[in-house]
Amino acid sequence: MGAQLRVYRQKIKSAQTTKKITRAMELISASRIYKAQQRLAAAAPYARAVTRAVSAVATFGNVDHPLTTEPARIDRAAVVIFTSDRGLAGAFSSNVLKEAEQLTNLLEEQGKEVVYYLVGRKAVANFSFRRREAVRSWIGGTDLPVFDTAKEIADAVVAAFNTDFAEGGVDEIHLVSNRFVSMIAQVPEVVRLLPLEVVEGSEETEPSEVFPLYEFEPDVNKVLDALLPVYIESRIFNAMLQSAASEHAARQKAMKSATDNADKLIKNYTRLSNSARQSEITQQISEIVGGADALSTAGNED
Amino acid sequence: MALHVELVAADQAVWTGEAKMVVAKTVEGEIGLLPGHEPMLAILGSGEVRITLEGGEIIKASAEDGFLSVEKDVVTVVARHAALI
Repeated sequence: MGAQLRVYRQKIKSAQTTKKITRAMELISASRIYKAQQRLAAAAPYARAVTRAVSAVATFGNVDHPLTTEPARIDRAAVVIFTSDRGLAGAFSSNVLKEAEQLTNLLEEQGKEVVYYLVGRKAVANFSFRRREAVRSWIGGTDLPVFDTAKEIADAVVAAFNTDFAEGGVDEIHLVSNRFVSMIAQVPEVVRLLPLEVVEGSEETEPSEVFPLYEFEPDVNKVLDALLPVYIESRIFNAMLQSAASEHAARQKAMKSATDNADKLIKNYTRLSNSARQSEITQQISEIVGGADALSTAGNED
Repeated sequence: MALHVELVAADQAVWTGEAKMVVAKTVEGEIGLLPGHEPMLAILGSGEVRITLEGGEIIKASAEDGFLSVEKDVVTVVARHAALI
């Protein structure tokens, strides 16, 4: 076998192996998108109930809660970035990081200091590569988020929000995450989480809805105290679930195009190896013919 | 007339259906809800939620860390952690 031919055969083999892997990952992601969507749907009643209750409280009682009041001066803003733990998902994580970068520029232009909370190994890797500091990071479980992680994140950001600027607290909190639009579209999105804009934030209830006069137990402020953290958790959990569904969808898309590319490579290399084989044979024949010719000419001369 | 009850946990809807009466524990104490109850929002204490169905059957669930809302005969029990017992 000629050297050229051997090289082509090696390349075909490696493309085939890659294809097997990417194909398997594509199938796995496809089944996981479905599961992630189901989880998203399962968490929806909770989010709806919480949003509804918060809007109900907000429409009554003169809401004057630390979590909803706009601070007079915003000196430091926190950005929570939701990425994935693993790669091979196309531009999934880098889209979010890019969005976060833009947000950072915007906030810094406004004279705010920016601190980060990271979710997902990709964000942590990106930050350590760029030698940036993050206040806290959560690693693991981004493809199957659990509510307890959401609660942990919520507790951390609310605690930071309730701390004074001088003691390292923040005045504003943004979430940057991928929103799952469809199997083929995932959009990075920035949401300002705190201070809450309760009335505008209630996109899940009809705006024209009139809430009945509620009786609050024990009283309106206590109810609001209990509700707001729950609302924040639910928003964060929702962002995590959206991000997980998007991650699987992005990975499926990326792996599908990788499989297609491997197919294309295999086809091209097969063509090249065929023509290499052919030219090798042609060369061998012409060598034999040439050799035989030379021999017979040599024999005639004797 | 019956109550429409929804019991939801953070990651799933635990139970939905029609009921005659709901007994839940708020931070102020136990409260029983019958059809026609005034609209209410209450903070849930950790404890048991008992749902009495039309047939007299009782469904018990544990619910903690959440709240309870009643309006127009719709009772929503929302808890971080909830499960049927």
